[in-house]
Amino acid sequence: MSQPILLLSGGTLLDPSRTLNERGDLLIVDGKIARVGGRIDPGEDADVLDCSGAFVSPGFIDVHCHLREPGREDVETIATGARAAAAGGFTAVCAMPNTEPVTDNQAAVGFITRQALRAQAARVYPIGAISVGQKGEALAEFGEMVGAGAVAVSDDGRPVASAHLMRTALEYAQTFGIPVVDHCEEPTLALGGSMNEGVMSARLGLRGIPSEAEEIMVIRDILLARRTGGHVHLAHMSTKGSVELIRWGKERGINVTAEVTPHHLTLTEEAVGAYDTQAKMNPPLRTADDVAALREALRDGTIDVVATDHAPHHYDAKEREFADAPFGIIGLETALALVVTELVETGILDFPALVDRMATRPARLFHLPGGTLEEGAVADVTVFDPTREWKVDPTRFLSKGRNTPYAGRTLRGRALYTIVDGRVVYRLPE
Amino acid sequence: MPSSPTTVFDARAMDRTLRRMADEIIELNDGTDGLVLVGIQRRGVQLADRLAAMMKEREHVDVPRGALDITLYRDDLQTVGPRPVVGPTDIPWDIGAKHVVIVDDVLYTGRTIRAALDELADFGRPARIGLAVLVDRGGRELPIRADVVGKTLAVANGDRVDVLVKDLDGKDAVVVVRPGDGA
Amino acid sequence: MTETLGKDLLALEPLTARQIRLILDTAEPFKEISERAIKKVPALRGKTIVNLFFEASTRTRISFEFAEKRLSADTVNVASSGSSVQKGETLVDTARNLEAMRIDMVVIRHGASGAARFLADRIESNVINAGDGTHEHPTQGLLDLLTLRDNLGDLTGRRVCIVGDVLHSRVARSNIWGLQKLGAEVAVCGPRTLLPWAIGEFGVRVFSRIEEAIEWAEALNILRLQLERMTAGYIPSLREYNRVFGVSRERLARAPRDILILHPGPMNRGVEIDSDVADGPHSVILNQVTNGVAIRMAVLYLLAGGRPELAEAAKGASDR
Repeated sequence: MSQPILLLSGGTLLDPSRTLNERGDLLIVDGKIARVGGRIDPGEDADVLDCSGAFVSPGFIDVHCHLREPGREDVETIATGARAAAAGGFTAVCAMPNTEPVTDNQAAVGFITRQALRAQAARVYPIGAISVGQKGEALAEFGEMVGAGAVAVSDDGRPVASAHLMRTALEYAQTFGIPVVDHCEEPTLALGGSMNEGVMSARLGLRGIPSEAEEIMVIRDILLARRTGGHVHLAHMSTKGSVELIRWGKERGINVTAEVTPHHLTLTEEAVGAYDTQAKMNPPLRTADDVAALREALRDGTIDVVATDHAPHHYDAKEREFADAPFGIIGLETALALVVTELVETGILDFPALVDRMATRPARLFHLPGGTLEEGAVADVTVFDPTREWKVDPTRFLSKGRNTPYAGRTLRGRALYTIVDGRVVYRLPE
Repeated sequence: MPSSPTTVFDARAMDRTLRRMADEIIELNDGTDGLVLVGIQRRGVQLADRLAAMMKEREHVDVPRGALDITLYRDDLQTVGPRPVVGPTDIPWDIGAKHVVIVDDVLYTGRTIRAALDELADFGRPARIGLAVLVDRGGRELPIRADVVGKTLAVANGDRVDVLVKDLDGKDAVVVVRPGDGA
Repeated sequence: MTETLGKDLLALEPLTARQIRLILDTAEPFKEISERAIKKVPALRGKTIVNLFFEASTRTRISFEFAEKRLSADTVNVASSGSSVQKGETLVDTARNLEAMRIDMVVIRHGASGAARFLADRIESNVINAGDGTHEHPTQGLLDLLTLRDNLGDLTGRRVCIVGDVLHSRVARSNIWGLQKLGAEVAVCGPRTLLPWAIGEFGVRVFSRIEEAIEWAEALNILRLQLERMTAGYIPSLREYNRVFGVSRERLARAPRDILILHPGPMNRGVEIDSDVADGPHSVILNQVTNGVAIRMAVLYLLAGGRPELAEAAKGASDR
């Protein structure tokens, strides 16, 4: 039920896109932001949410998640994923196309858009495949997919092994003004690897994935972006070397942007411990040096956004020998708290920077509505309390996935209300 | 006030008794033909060595000696907790048709000897197996008896009888240790 | 005070030097049992042990089987090839089935690193790792240590070089940890492509030429070239490997001392080791095999621990 008039009262308005950071009210009318700041009297028909003690910011946007539908609805659906996103404070997510079948045509893209509308939770923007079937051979129909709602293209799940294909994609995507998102992994270097190549992999007897597997593709993509003038967005960065290369690219004005996951900001390869598959993901967790470099890069903006790479897997799938277990962990419902607890509380980011990396920039880079509290903008708003302490209990997640290495951790930071199009789609239970 | 262990035999008494035991063994065996002594780890081994030395003095014959560790044949291996240390077993000759005399320091429940008999059976089939012990303290839980006994002692249930040998303990003695006694 | 090993033997890396010495010392009396006419003691009578071998291995399995049978245990061999994914029955289900059958001990060999730990975490039975992927092969490491100790005495400061495909070798890893804990100086020698990238952090010397290793070492543990594990491209050919890294009599003749030769087997004669070295006077390869049974008996004996709570009750009657 749409609430035409909603007042968010008494919170701290935080909108780095307009350097807004002060206590005040926010009025939403008919799904749009009507008034911002000061004390607002909404009139009698309004619903009022008490936001004192909390931040009121543009809704967070996760540009990288896997919702598994179509094909693996046993593990997550667009509906459960959208609700999990809302619980994590996200008003929108972008869903990667490595579904079954692959989302590489307009019908598939349209399906996702419709399922998302049904879910009535966070928005779900489809990302279309770069290549048909993600096989890395023929280009998919970018135009048709964009027409059906796709906001970007990616073969994520897999790298784009062919430099020629990457170049073509970057050129062709410019016709539609969309970014090309690449999963940077040189396939022959990474082949058979299941964790970072280093002391730990040598001790555990596991084949390692060297940092260079990522960095070689990072520089390749940056050079191709330079050549073509296209926008390449580098998914889930994990190494210090990648950060240095991105810096090099940005210094030269190349249109390269990048994302980092909360887990790459907070865990190292040590989390693998005694073959814990909850710490197995691709790219793998790396060393303390890499984590430090990624944190600094997020701070100084070399890395633009935090994206979860939310990847649910069935319990049974992860309950096997390390080398055989699938890569990936969930992240929608822990992202905010991890960034608050491990980056804001430690002084690496301040709150305006958090909102910038989790809302402002994702909207801008992917040309999405939202990301701002400007009057007239769509009313996608997150109300969050960074002091709210809670213990991570996967059994209580709204996501169907339970595969997280953070179970049992006490974190601070919780979304109190998630508002999409002026409607409250998530409310933190008492 | 804590008491200290009571010495029941001193070195001289032990020596006398061992000499008598050596004589008895030879007498029971009608000489030293086919006689072999097998000492039970640990102190039975030292006692067997003493007996053999005494026999040599008497009869001018080297009676073969072997050592037997019965740990792996214990009937309480499943319940004994931290794994008992297994000592060396050395039976370097065929015991078939021999007269084996098992030598041990203290005979109590009889379970050690039961284990020794089982283990010896895995080495061969002797003509006869006899048992010589320095101390018999009664309290048998199995139908086992010794052929040659140094001394019979009546000892309370909680008490322990320790045989000390010079090679391992610095002196020869037989002591009775009550619970709570100082070392 | 007796050291204990805990429920399982999965690796040498987490063991203390005392625990390793305990196993080696316990193996000594077990050597003698294999020399008896009746090679059997009742220590593990009534215990059921499953040999769960997901990788084909005749020698290790036979060695374990002898060890188990000489302790009077009942043994069951389960052979399975391919990963559990291919087979359809997961390792979890295998674990649960074993548990439901009340198996006392499981000896597992598996192609995935961490498989032994995976199993041990999920069943109450004792688990012995007979080789998991490229991670560890603890009983092999232990029998190598015992063989070295038999021939060199106290291993403190002794120089042992592991030669060959260290990258893919669980035997190498177990050896490195075991030797380091006992105070030996450890080196590795092999083509750079067959050494872990992070080998520099293992506290071992690295020789890139076999001649240097021979100059330095008191013992060489020569690894089998893992043909089945290598995806293409680590070395150009076996011929080249033998020419550059093969341990030959000529090379050994130039050594400043007699060098002990070990090999975990099976040997690729003429590749990593020449026949006259394998069969030569300084080879203790057959002793390794003999010690293997004793070590495995010792490990089984130590792990099949009694129940201490019953020990308290048993203490009342001293066993005399």
